[in-house]
Amino acid sequence: MAHEVHAQTEVHHEPQSFWTRYIFSQDAKIIGIQYLITAFVMGFVAMVLSWLMRLQLGFPGKTFPWLEKLLPHAAQGGILNQDFYLAAVTMHGTIMIFFFITAAGTGGFSNFLIPLQIGARDMAFPFLNMLSYWVYLAACIVLIASFFVPGGPAGGGWTMYPPLSSVKEALMGSGWGATLWLIALALFIASTTMGSLNYITTVLNLRTKGMTMGRLPLTVWALFITAILGLLSFPVLFAAAVMLLLDRHLGTSFFTPYLVVSDKHIPHEGGNPILWQHLFWFLAHPEVYIAILPSMGITSEVLSTHARKPIFGYKGMVAAIAAIALLSFLVWGHHMFVSGMNPWLGTAFMTTTLLIAVPSAIKTFNWLATLWGGNIRFTTAMLFAIGFISTFATGGLTGIFLGNPPVDIPLHDTYFVVAHFHFVMGVSAVFGLFAGVYHWFPKMFGRMMNERLGKLHFWLTFIGVYFIFFPMHYLGFLGVPRRYYAFDQYDFIPQALVHNINVVVSVAAFIVGAAQLLFVINFIWSLFKGPKADRNPWKANTLEWQAPSPPPHGNWGDELPVVYRWPYDYSVPGAPEDFIPQTVPTVPARRGDGGDGKGGQASQ
Amino acid sequence: MRRKRGQMDGVVLALLLVLLVLAAAITVAGSKKFGWWLRPLASEHGAAIDRLFVTTLVITGVVFILVQLLLAFLVFRYRGEAGRRAVFYPDNPRLELAWTIVPAVILTMLILSGGRLWSRIQLSSPPPDAFVVEVWGQQFKWAIRYPGKDGKFGRVDMRLISGDNPLGIDTKDPASKDDIFFPAGEGELHVPVNKPVVVYLRSKDVIHSFYVPHFRVKQDAVPGMVTRVWFVPTRKGQFEIACAELCGQGHYTMRGILIVEDEAQVQEWLAQQSTVADLIP
Repeated sequence: MAHEVHAQTEVHHEPQSFWTRYIFSQDAKIIGIQYLITAFVMGFVAMVLSWLMRLQLGFPGKTFPWLEKLLPHAAQGGILNQDFYLAAVTMHGTIMIFFFITAAGTGGFSNFLIPLQIGARDMAFPFLNMLSYWVYLAACIVLIASFFVPGGPAGGGWTMYPPLSSVKEALMGSGWGATLWLIALALFIASTTMGSLNYITTVLNLRTKGMTMGRLPLTVWALFITAILGLLSFPVLFAAAVMLLLDRHLGTSFFTPYLVVSDKHIPHEGGNPILWQHLFWFLAHPEVYIAILPSMGITSEVLSTHARKPIFGYKGMVAAIAAIALLSFLVWGHHMFVSGMNPWLGTAFMTTTLLIAVPSAIKTFNWLATLWGGNIRFTTAMLFAIGFISTFATGGLTGIFLGNPPVDIPLHDTYFVVAHFHFVMGVSAVFGLFAGVYHWFPKMFGRMMNERLGKLHFWLTFIGVYFIFFPMHYLGFLGVPRRYYAFDQYDFIPQALVHNINVVVSVAAFIVGAAQLLFVINFIWSLFKGPKADRNPWKANTLEWQAPSPPPHGNWGDELPVVYRWPYDYSVPGAPEDFIPQTVPTVPARRGDGGDGKGGQASQ
Repeated sequence: MRRKRGQMDGVVLALLLVLLVLAAAITVAGSKKFGWWLRPLASEHGAAIDRLFVTTLVITGVVFILVQLLLAFLVFRYRGEAGRRAVFYPDNPRLELAWTIVPAVILTMLILSGGRLWSRIQLSSPPPDAFVVEVWGQQFKWAIRYPGKDGKFGRVDMRLISGDNPLGIDTKDPASKDDIFFPAGEGELHVPVNKPVVVYLRSKDVIHSFYVPHFRVKQDAVPGMVTRVWFVPTRKGQFEIACAELCGQGHYTMRGILIVEDEAQVQEWLAQQSTVADLIP
């Protein structure tokens, strides 16, 4: 069927010049690496912004003369001002969620892994693929440019709720900053739409001979379903962003009713701010799964490879990803329990929200079962994958509080929420990305990363994130609201205790942030000086490890690989080695269930 | 040597996970004692919310301990050795069914109890004799309006808002004459103890959220519409109102005061206040 459609049997002519090969490249591998590097640079910017926030929250009222030198307009007198604090909150969230995690997970790993793991020579539409990256880069530039416009970057939070974001009188960052934010996001959505179309088409049409859907590695399943989610949900936010731009600049009233902002009458008519919340979260809840699913796929792949065991419950894992994707379209209202929407909707959204914990539980227990009876090699990639399970479980469980509307009332918009989403889709997603980079670096660049530095990076990060985000649960118990510049205005907040917690959190955040430099150093050093990697340094089964490291243009030389089995034949009894690549046709006898490996069962 | 170091990683990771579980268990169990627990309760429905919160905390706490300790055990027990072969164990439908059904049952129970409580708090109407008040959000203060003796609020129109008439009250509406209002930042919110209180919420500019931590009350005030929240205060005293929805530069300073006292005291205090008829010509 689909795998008989070999659109790319001929070997492409390899581009010769530096520019066509590495800059205006149409090679999915190079585009993937461009995406990854750009996304990590953006992630670094967002991390620095979190440092500024933590500086204010951990040491309120303290003056830092160097800060004024660094940011003369945002920190007069050496203290970060309220407007820039809110800008930092907003840009940190926006960049981390869209421009780092989403871009690295879908743009980076989809491009690098999909063609290689399904045995294709490239994406279905290489030119569109290149365009997708360049539009993403343009979005990044527009967003960063907003730091240099009058009023500074957007400050209404990454959720950009109008009227705060639609009326320039309401907030400093709601002038130029908000306009650029909306344009950057519209560009970003155009980019992901091009990418998603490409990933879906490629997975459906360009699988090599024998690569049935039932033999796809879980990374490809995760990236494929992520692309479907993105294609169906992102355009809704595109429409919403355009509508908000119209409200801001052409006097429409989609989201903006008649307002009086600091004694000034603003004559809009009939707009409804809650409409934006519905449209925004209709994307933004699937979005958190768009952020986490690629990391789930990477975690499955890395766990199986380094535990030397088949992934436990392959079919259950695929079904769980599909169930999460489907349910993710039906849960957005749990962000709006106290928004003023009809409370009957709260009941419906509570049901779907708590149900989504079931496929998440299946995945978690299947990962644990994958480790059971394994022969675990603690590579850096494996440590990050295990860290993923720990942080995902921690953050997933607190979702059960917030998905239950009566319990959400006291916790909503407190630090409990900050702790929840950072664990479940911030830290764990980033751990998945790190696992992916450490695991596939040898394939990307033909060199090994330094394991010693990598492990130091892991230990500092893993311990540190628990020190940053776990104490925030207690701030949530206390009812401390999020997005507050300072907490000294309220008697219900126990000042000394909250201050001490904030100091611990801030110091941990500085250390974890600095620890990411180890990753940067390791990455750059290994790029030039790392020991040469052979084809299959981890003794893994998936197709990309059959290509040279790094794979040449067109990936496979003259002949496309042929697939005979599922990707998880690790430690098959009776086999001479503890792994059997997908391209190996025959199998020594074992357990008497035919010669097709376990994949014979998993595929049709 | 290299293998030894690899083995150590498993031991260290297991140890860290055990430490995590210990630290979490101690800090959660002692959170009341250490003073990082929910604010002391002062409303009737809040008791049920707190109970469901504790139930959820116990359930998720048990699962948290189970999962993290299991993870610790697995990385400790199955850390790699050269020459050993992992078990080939690709699936077990019965086991997978078990960890599909058990979470599904637990979550269904939570959905049912959450749904029941939600309908009690949010879907039910307040009794007709409830004490009624209107709270307005505006950057970065709260304004208050009482319906006066007739128990009815006069019509408001944002277009009428001016320096003299900060809430845009339509003085042509007879119901407005006896309304009592306090411009943003002036006056406290007085409500009776042990009696249902309905708060209608409005906003002049951006979205705010009326948040009273001790009451387990949080409800957004959205411009262009009226939202509602109701509760029964159970404790006399002074409580704080905070804003829980980002509303701009001074969001963190949007503090209001709520005073709970005997109904007679509230009525007496209200009788001393000027009305719309006195204040707006």
